[in-house]
Amino acid sequence: MSWQRWRERGIEGLIALCGLSSIAIVTLIFIFLLKEGVGLFHSVSLGHFLGGQRWYPISEPPLFGTLPLLLGSCVVTLGAVALSLPIGIGSALFVSEIATGWMKEVLKTGIELLAAIPSVVLGFVGMAVLVPTLKHAFHLATGLTALTGSITLALMAMPTIVSITEDALAAVPRGYREGALALGATRWQFMSRVLLPAARPGILAATMLGIGRVIGETMAVMMVTGNAAVIPHTMLQPVRTMTATIAAEMGETVRGSDHYFALFAIGIVLFVISFAINVVADVFLHQERT
Amino acid sequence: MVTTPWRRALMVQRIAFVGLGLATLCAVLPVIVVIGTILMHGAGALSWNFLTTMPTQGMRAGGIFPAIVGTMELVGLTIVVALPMGIAAAIYLTEYAADNPLTRLIRLAIVNLSGVPSVVYGLFGLGLFVIFCRFGTSLLAGALTLGIMILPVIITASEEALRSVPKSFREVSLSLGASRWQTIQHAVLPFAIPGMMTGAILGISRAAGETAPILFTVAAFYLPRLPHSLFDQAMALPYHLYVISTQIPNIALSQRYGTALVLLLLVLSLNMLAIILRARFRRKRQW
Repeated sequence: MSWQRWRERGIEGLIALCGLSSIAIVTLIFIFLLKEGVGLFHSVSLGHFLGGQRWYPISEPPLFGTLPLLLGSCVVTLGAVALSLPIGIGSALFVSEIATGWMKEVLKTGIELLAAIPSVVLGFVGMAVLVPTLKHAFHLATGLTALTGSITLALMAMPTIVSITEDALAAVPRGYREGALALGATRWQFMSRVLLPAARPGILAATMLGIGRVIGETMAVMMVTGNAAVIPHTMLQPVRTMTATIAAEMGETVRGSDHYFALFAIGIVLFVISFAINVVADVFLHQERT
Repeated sequence: MVTTPWRRALMVQRIAFVGLGLATLCAVLPVIVVIGTILMHGAGALSWNFLTTMPTQGMRAGGIFPAIVGTMELVGLTIVVALPMGIAAAIYLTEYAADNPLTRLIRLAIVNLSGVPSVVYGLFGLGLFVIFCRFGTSLLAGALTLGIMILPVIITASEEALRSVPKSFREVSLSLGASRWQTIQHAVLPFAIPGMMTGAILGISRAAGETAPILFTVAAFYLPRLPHSLFDQAMALPYHLYVISTQIPNIALSQRYGTALVLLLLVLSLNMLAIILRARFRRKRQW
């Protein structure tokens, strides 16, 4: 075989290796989270870790119950999705069905730019604008609440929800539209009774990915939710999410301590949640294509 | 006036359209509010001094020079790590991979990588690069972590660019006796490069704005000098903004808004560049 042929083999081998790298990376992430996190379960049971109601990592003895953090993440996420889902689907409908010409381009660019704003900047503006506004509006002791987090994170979920919903709407066959309009349906009747139901798998995927985006968000949520590790009862009290706990506390832990292990164990929980969400969303997206 | 069903349907439609328009307004208005607020309060803080001097008085005064340089270096290294790997992975997926379970597994892995929370990337970088590889808290560890994080962005954009090159280009090249790699090198890649650039720019912008992955891998709370080597810590704009808005009390608001404005301008201009490039690329395509 010629030198050139060998060289090509080498290049193609490298390319295949890079192609496989994503599988390797996902595996490595899981291995390293496990490796650093599993140490916790020598001293704390899994049941207590997931079901314990107290997160006092530096008290004596320390308590590593993550239930308040898990519920904190859930409350903030549910609030954010409840806000961004109707708005996101509405915007996707407006952009793909109603807006035309330059207006469409401007709106699309605007939503794309929303996705580009770094989370720490959103968190900063949330602190400066949203926190005082909510404090006055609801007469609260502090404006750092779960609701503040939900509103901020709704902005971060919006671009994901809009763009995937738009794709789903575009994938609905033309014949559906022509059929509905030919039968005398108004455009809104077509949109609400034909288009949306037909795009349902894609919209479900958009919802899942929006949830995934929100539950993994760290900086913005840490800056505006007040970070109190207590089980939340209302949207108007401070909460602490899993992500914020890791980000806020990792810097103060001693490598190899139970606290350090516990933060990695929270990382495992987050990884598993995001994995599950993405697999389910992927299934929905494939359903749509077939 | 008789309300026929048709007329009622039209009325319902009008109300619904207004509702959709309001929803869209809710989605776009925050962009204007965020950018407007920062521009309004931050523009006054921007000065040559602010951009080119070290922070002083416990970061309450002075400039943000080391954070700007740190972010530039970090992002430069990140793209060096991620771009070759991402493009190669995209070439594999579009030009070589057969439609089999392995390929589906790769795609699933990429989808999952793009969904992994950024703080989990931080933990991973801490475990693998900082501790296991003994890089310490360093530019290298941070860039590798960020590089892995933006890999899905680059792979997805590069794949789209490669797929937009018509099949006939490949067929002609192969039929003239070129090898598979020669075909890719001369008949496919040159036409995909503009699209790949878009992905690279979006990746850079994402890396420049992320905070959580660099928290434990590179970011220095306060380091009033520039990093000396790959194994040095560095300050970074997003982390600096986080620090001065939550950890430092009694700081002039203009310091915070100024930092936010610099970060926002950096990230948004990169994104606008990518959007413009993409639009021009799509319009100019001659096939």
